[in-house]
Amino acid sequence: MQFWIVQTLNSLALGGLLFLLAAGFSLIFGLMRIANLTHGSLFMLGAYLGVTALKLVPNLWLAALLGGLVVAAFGGLVERFILRPLAGNALGQVLVTLGISFIVADTCLIVWGGDPIPIAAPASLQRPLVVGNIAFPAYRLAVLGIAIVTAIALHLLMERTRLGAMIRAGVDDMQMARAVGIPVSRLFTTVFCLGAALAGAGGVIGGPIMSAYPGLDTDMLPLALIVVILGGVGSLLGAFVGSFITAAIYTFGSALLPDLAYVILFLPMIFVIAFRPRGLFGRKSA
Amino acid sequence: MNRLACIALGLALAGFPLVGGDFYINLGSQIFIAAILAASLNLLVGYGGLVSLGHAAWIGLAAYTSAWLYLRLGFAHWITAPLALVVTTLIAGLFGWIALRATGLGFLMITLALSQVLWGTAYRWAAVTGGDNGLSGLTRPAPFGISIDAPAAFYYFSLTVAILAIWMMARFVNSPFGAALRGSRDESRRMNALGHNVWLVRWLSFVYSGFWGAVAGLLFVYYHKYIHPTALSLTSSAEVLLGVIAGGAGTVAGPIVGAAIVLLLKNYVSAYLERWNMLLGAVFVLIVIFMPDGVVPGFRRWWLRWRKQ
Repeated sequence: MQFWIVQTLNSLALGGLLFLLAAGFSLIFGLMRIANLTHGSLFMLGAYLGVTALKLVPNLWLAALLGGLVVAAFGGLVERFILRPLAGNALGQVLVTLGISFIVADTCLIVWGGDPIPIAAPASLQRPLVVGNIAFPAYRLAVLGIAIVTAIALHLLMERTRLGAMIRAGVDDMQMARAVGIPVSRLFTTVFCLGAALAGAGGVIGGPIMSAYPGLDTDMLPLALIVVILGGVGSLLGAFVGSFITAAIYTFGSALLPDLAYVILFLPMIFVIAFRPRGLFGRKSA
Repeated sequence: MNRLACIALGLALAGFPLVGGDFYINLGSQIFIAAILAASLNLLVGYGGLVSLGHAAWIGLAAYTSAWLYLRLGFAHWITAPLALVVTTLIAGLFGWIALRATGLGFLMITLALSQVLWGTAYRWAAVTGGDNGLSGLTRPAPFGISIDAPAAFYYFSLTVAILAIWMMARFVNSPFGAALRGSRDESRRMNALGHNVWLVRWLSFVYSGFWGAVAGLLFVYYHKYIHPTALSLTSSAEVLLGVIAGGAGTVAGPIVGAAIVLLLKNYVSAYLERWNMLLGAVFVLIVIFMPDGVVPGFRRWWLRWRKQ
């Protein structure tokens, strides 16, 4: 019983982290039509910035905020000065994001070294929550809560605000959006910063669970890709559902069949691609 | 002129081991392997317009299959080699069937995700792949009883395979089927309207590309006599793609030149500092921004302009 509860919680916490990562990835892909391959590196950069921020501020949530802001600023610079001049050349943009991801990964290695750096959970959440004779890791519950709150906030942003309406318009029909006077260029930067901020903050929040280590980027990027392939491009609901499916498969796969966890990840992807190439909730195919 | 250049190049390549030291001969062998790999990816990127970020999968699959069969089942090389090619090509068929549900960036994402799944499996499935230790204790085959253990012998072996592979791939792209592939890249809807099965053309090209990737993978494992999960990593796929794009996708010579540049760069940089990933990333960014159609087309344009004057 304990095993199933703990693994379920693990998978829910990982799902929450994946959502923070994949929501931005999916929105950027949906709006700008580019697969931002730096996204895994932004997550890792966030985790490392969290390590440094925790030396300056004592609070993990504050560190997550700081990490998110710095990564958002970095993302904004990349979008404005590197991706923008390549507008219209989607392949070039994707290759550039790949190049930048290598640069970021190597820079992190230079700055923070090659050993994994653990990040402590806030003291108040370190003790497990005990109900009856079953212990729940409190921090993982908190991560799940943050992800759900973020999902609701993003949903409200997308459905209830002017900005969200513009983003939806851009995802559905870029040329019409431009034609009716939506400042698409500014929208690109906004969404890119938003996605980067979510990934960066996600890296810090994920720190107590995964810690910061070289290779975190290449561990997370494929998971984000699989989430988006499953859920569909440009759909928040798709990113949300896809994150929890992917996390559940990955967590239970790792626990029950540790050798083949990655192979098992591949199965839902085959099913979705075979029967619904645009993903479960995609508005259009990738 | 062109034929003369070919003969000169052939003589230079054949005579190189007589003058070069072992270090350079080994470098030459590695360039031939990288050239086959880049040429096979070029079939998709250059002629099919399908940018794959998972080409390292073929290296890894062929190398691991052949190594595993040799070490665990004790099969001889003449059985492991064809089996590795068959297994890899079959998996290429499966991956192609999945990845070609999409084109463009969807295709890129799926190939990347699939190859990362293989990479993760190579790390985790230690019972089969040796995990982070990799598989060592391998040997080189002796085709027709000729040992290729010496650097020069392996050089000629890989040169022969590379010439055969590149000739076959050049014939492939210049055949009517190659024309159909280029047509599916430029005008997929018209090709459909003309009665071509665009999906099938792409899938067959994907499988063919995977097959030559597997050949390169066999040479790779024979050269190193060792295989480690990093051969399957995203960095490794990115190196191949960088070679294709830097040299000039969609030309026969481009990817070969590009692969050689990437390999030389990697070897020289690794000798002096450990920042290969940083440099790889920077070169990627610079090539895309400043030389998007590659070195070979760039120089050809320059050469034509110079001839005109």
